[in-house]
Amino acid sequence: MSQTPENFSANLAWRHRMGWLFAATCRLATWASVVFLVVILLVIVSRAWPRLTPEFLTHFDSYKPESAGMLAGILGSFWLILFTGAICVPIGVGAAIYLEEYARSNWLTRFIQLNISNLAGVPSIVFGILGFTAFVRMFGVPRTAIVLALGFADVRIPLPFGRSVIAGSLTLALLCLPVVIIASQEALRSVPASLRHAALALGATKWQTISRQVLPAAMPGILTGVILALSRALGETAPLAVLGAAYFITFAPGRINSASDLAQHPDRLLQVPFDQFTAMPLQIYNWVNEQSRDFQQQVSAAGIVVLLVVLVLMNGSAILIRQHFQRKIRW
Amino acid sequence: MLQRSKAGRIEIYEKFPKTGNIMMMKQVRTAATLCALGAVFFAVVPVGCRFESQNGSAPQLNETGGAPAAGGQVQAITVDGSSTVYPISQAVAEAYKANKPGIEISVGLAGTGGGFKKFALGDLDICDASRPIRDSEKEACEKAGVKFLELEVAIDALTVVVNPANDWVPCLSVSQLKKIWEPDSKVTKWNEIDPNWPDHKIELFGADTDSGTFDYFTEAVVGKAKQSRTDYTGNSNDNVLVQGVADEKYALGYFGYGYYAENPDRLKAVAIKAADDGECVLPSAETVDNNTYVPLSRPLYIYVNKQSLTRPEVAEYVQFYLSEAGQKLVTERKFLLMKANVQKVMQDRLAEALN
Repeated sequence: MSQTPENFSANLAWRHRMGWLFAATCRLATWASVVFLVVILLVIVSRAWPRLTPEFLTHFDSYKPESAGMLAGILGSFWLILFTGAICVPIGVGAAIYLEEYARSNWLTRFIQLNISNLAGVPSIVFGILGFTAFVRMFGVPRTAIVLALGFADVRIPLPFGRSVIAGSLTLALLCLPVVIIASQEALRSVPASLRHAALALGATKWQTISRQVLPAAMPGILTGVILALSRALGETAPLAVLGAAYFITFAPGRINSASDLAQHPDRLLQVPFDQFTAMPLQIYNWVNEQSRDFQQQVSAAGIVVLLVVLVLMNGSAILIRQHFQRKIRW
Repeated sequence: MLQRSKAGRIEIYEKFPKTGNIMMMKQVRTAATLCALGAVFFAVVPVGCRFESQNGSAPQLNETGGAPAAGGQVQAITVDGSSTVYPISQAVAEAYKANKPGIEISVGLAGTGGGFKKFALGDLDICDASRPIRDSEKEACEKAGVKFLELEVAIDALTVVVNPANDWVPCLSVSQLKKIWEPDSKVTKWNEIDPNWPDHKIELFGADTDSGTFDYFTEAVVGKAKQSRTDYTGNSNDNVLVQGVADEKYALGYFGYGYYAENPDRLKAVAIKAADDGECVLPSAETVDNNTYVPLSRPLYIYVNKQSLTRPEVAEYVQFYLSEAGQKLVTERKFLLMKANVQKVMQDRLAEALN
């Protein structure tokens, strides 16, 4: 089809209109998501407003909506995510380094890679069932407990782990691992090969190249992935519900309910991983299911606000950390 | 050469070994500190290790060193089971703990079946149940050597509800309910039950198949537990059912009395006729007490591990549950009280078990 100058200009106007239409659609899509977010936030905050008091953060749960608080969930989630990170980061980053820097591409590594990608898409409740079998029940080993007498404190480690913080953390760590591995791999892959070549050419060993050049350069990407994965773990309800984490609980892990508890009994820190817990999303779920409408509407909304604030803080820290590390890298 | 060239690659070469060295130094220092700390720890502190076998009691935190505030062991009670009984157990736990701050209580809502599974493993001190224990569950307990005490603690009245705008159904008989809810029911419109009622589809809302409520309702209405039509909106979250009936003029649903009592302005209870020529009875404390609200009122139970009952904190918790103060919470949580003589029987049963 040859085009004459006349219908060329006609087509031009039509194509411009199409371009304008596309841009407008994209702009609308962007603003739609912002509008949804604002509406949700307004509704939640207005519902939660009467319950957003300092006591909400410092009280344990109650059957009375006016005295219900989130302390058990906040502290439970804190320990849960702390241990999840401690388990998941070394394993995840280690696996990513191995796959990117050391492993040869053969059928085995390709198979592992495929599995990691698949695991990232597995629904979280499946990890919950796995965690229940592997950590809470430990495939049904008889119940015992190891008591470590350290002189200044006894640490009681139940076997199987039961419904303890460590069982929850191990399960959530499994959930986070694929995300952390994939994000770390992406970050490592984005480090220019010339950097490695330069280091190797100057006589650095492979370990020196990775630890001094590649890892620092990949750090922003790795940390972003880690924090996003942990943020997701923080909001997970299903796996913890399957593990049988408690709903109503009148103490925090390790019975460290306040800063003064910690100051008086620092040794209780050792007991934290092996104690029962609840978590923020579980508490919210529980409040939504309450028969009283004060719970359903106000208390659960207040819980959601607290969870959202914590998530925003975590994601904000991800941005700060990324900027901090990026400032160090100049090329 | 280096100074003259500002080319990227050489800059990288200059920068990175530097940061690398600092990082390396830091790592070495941290590692050395950790090693030193570890060495001191193991040298100074005698580390012992022993195994402890648990015989059926709930996980309990042993004294964690130093000078515990309450002195001696931390006392803990573990409760799990029915989500219907949960609101009562939670309120009782909270009120009990208010007077005894040293005691730690956790209450879960795994469901009656899930609760009994854990109970038979010896995980729980108390299992909440919205139905009596099944034979298979009893066997599991026996096998594991878990002996238990069954106590009735409250009554729940399953309430059949319609939308407040529904002005045609004041009353339904059990046989009408059966016609609606039985498996393969052909009823889809209101006027198929009674020709005077509207020619409009019935929107059905009911308990989901995992709940004790479902078991009880189907047994009482259809005659066989777990036999029900399946084309209805089922949800384990009763609030979803409340919302559904409150929003839909032609809806019919059933759930526990508490959810109706919390929403009297959004729902209308339907009176129940046990026999076709019987009287229409609305659920209330009175009609449950004088045995006229049948067959939809059901007792709620707690099952106490007898070995746990030897621990004073568990015994006192159960005593408190059955005491006047504890029973006040039953009504506060919108459940119905068991009859006075049943309460006495339960208290006696507990006293006997404690001796």
